[in-house]
Amino acid sequence: MTMTQTAGAARSFPQGEPIIQCQGVHKWYGEFHVLKNIDLSVAKGERIVICGPSGSGKSTMIRCLNRLEEHQKGSIIVDGIELTGNLKNIELVRREVGMVFQHFNLFPHLTVLENCTLAPIWVRKKPKAEAEEMAMRYLKRVRIAEQAHKYPGQLSGGQQQRVAIARSLCMSPKVMLFDEPTSALDPEMVKEVLDVMIGLAEDGMTMLCVTHEMGFAKSVADRVIFMDRGEIVEQNTPNEFFNSPQSDRTKLFLSQILNH
Amino acid sequence: MANNVHTGNVHSGNIPDERPPSNTVGPVAWLRNNLFNTWYNALLTILIAWLLFKAIPPLLDWLIFSANSFGTPPQVCRQEGGACWTFVSEKLRFVMFGTFPYDEQWRPLITIVIIIALVLASCDRRFWKPWLALVWIAGLTAVGVLMWGGVLGLTYVENTLWGGLPLTLMLSVVGLSVAFPASVLLALGRRSQLPAIRVISVTYIELIRGVPLISLLFMASVMFPLFLPTGVNFDKLLRAQIAFIMFAAAYMAEAIRGGLQAIPKGQYEAADALGLNYWQAMGKIILPQALAISIPPLVNTFISFFKDTSLVIIIGLYDLLGTAKAALSDPAWRGFYREAYLFIGVIYWVFCFSMSKYSQKLERDLRRGHRR
Repeated sequence: MTMTQTAGAARSFPQGEPIIQCQGVHKWYGEFHVLKNIDLSVAKGERIVICGPSGSGKSTMIRCLNRLEEHQKGSIIVDGIELTGNLKNIELVRREVGMVFQHFNLFPHLTVLENCTLAPIWVRKKPKAEAEEMAMRYLKRVRIAEQAHKYPGQLSGGQQQRVAIARSLCMSPKVMLFDEPTSALDPEMVKEVLDVMIGLAEDGMTMLCVTHEMGFAKSVADRVIFMDRGEIVEQNTPNEFFNSPQSDRTKLFLSQILNH
Repeated sequence: MANNVHTGNVHSGNIPDERPPSNTVGPVAWLRNNLFNTWYNALLTILIAWLLFKAIPPLLDWLIFSANSFGTPPQVCRQEGGACWTFVSEKLRFVMFGTFPYDEQWRPLITIVIIIALVLASCDRRFWKPWLALVWIAGLTAVGVLMWGGVLGLTYVENTLWGGLPLTLMLSVVGLSVAFPASVLLALGRRSQLPAIRVISVTYIELIRGVPLISLLFMASVMFPLFLPTGVNFDKLLRAQIAFIMFAAAYMAEAIRGGLQAIPKGQYEAADALGLNYWQAMGKIILPQALAISIPPLVNTFISFFKDTSLVIIIGLYDLLGTAKAALSDPAWRGFYREAYLFIGVIYWVFCFSMSKYSQKLERDLRRGHRR
């Protein structure tokens, strides 16, 4: 335990102005303690990959950052706003924090373009023409502009996930959360989504990404966080993390996912 | 052994298409496959054919061949035996408009036209815009002016004199258009995070659904006035209308709840994550999908509610069924109940069948939108 904590403190993160600060965050599902004393600070522009065995609380943690899940103890401050029961504050945070889900969660009754313009029009109160222009720009960026007038059900999984990313970007978020964005995809579609995410990272977007794509972690992450049983066990630069993991749990996890 | 089915060989793909064996296509094959495929199906087919042979000719005879055309006096009809369509032509205006003053019956006629026009316009999805609500308000105001009168030089007609088709249409169209938004709120309330709202919605729905519509109508017409101070009188028609709305809202709320429960959790989460507030998420994301799923049970409620308006006869209002019954009580026309019920049956059927057909079209259109 002390060992792992020193490992986590091996380098002090982050090195810039923080946009997300979690202090002593705990969460329970009924009796089950899912998140234990999470301390996390994320700097603007930082790219973080969160990994760990299933059930370790990674998804729950990033879902707490836009209050899709409620934490019961500790504090979470996002973009200078503390997440509490205050609905107005929650909505303010959610405007600035984009989220991409494992199962895309596109709105099936709206076209691709309407999926992208809905929130800018209704939440940001943008004029329709402006919202559409911006949506087309982001759809081009994820290389799917020619499908703008189709419905999500007519697209492949990889295409749907790219639309989901464009939909989030249309809100001009300050932070993007990715919750296992490639886990539900057929293998041949993983790359097209990862390419979009790498492009985003290169443009300096602040990203927190729960993923098992270790290649992605190695090539773009500034920091890799390893979670197990509801706690942050270890965090380090990808280089240090993969080459000299500190805790036994990290070593075990890495040996399981890398040796095949 | 055929020379082209060895594993590992590449099939050249040039076997020409052949006609299927002649005993598998054509009308004879159809008969054999569908009507005579087993001995008991063959027996049933023969039995049903015999019943149809027995039933249809006399029915057609009564309906058409021996029928007495419009204008035959009832005495002649009674002797001849066939259907007496004079009843319909003679009593048409009474059945359609009830006891509305005879010379003023163009007013309920225009009312019928306005209501049907409003409904037809609302069927077109291109008109699903906020201004449609204004059109409805204008249309219903015109209906009120026409029926009551008392302004614009129209003589005042008390609503106890209203009856027939306008009454049926008003009760059901006004009832459904008020009950529908109420039912959406009830369905949302039943799934609300706020305990007070949830308890109120559940109590309301379970209470109203647990009571027969007739008893609700009786309560509205008999019991409700007991609670009012003496001298205050609430219009009977309005009370019946409110009872209908309350009843339909409870039923439709459950149909809509079914649709809401079918929406995956991810849709709610995606709407939340984009920063939409509750009403935006419901209005733009959840309800459009939930209502599309709820169309079959909703239309079921619409149709049964349309027909249930005929229950107002028990509190002394004469809707279409009521006026038909009243027409039969005319001594000169007593006994022509087959003609009377067939006639209004056809009217009810036309409305209900149109609702059903429209809902099927709407379902198809909405599904075309998001193929999965």
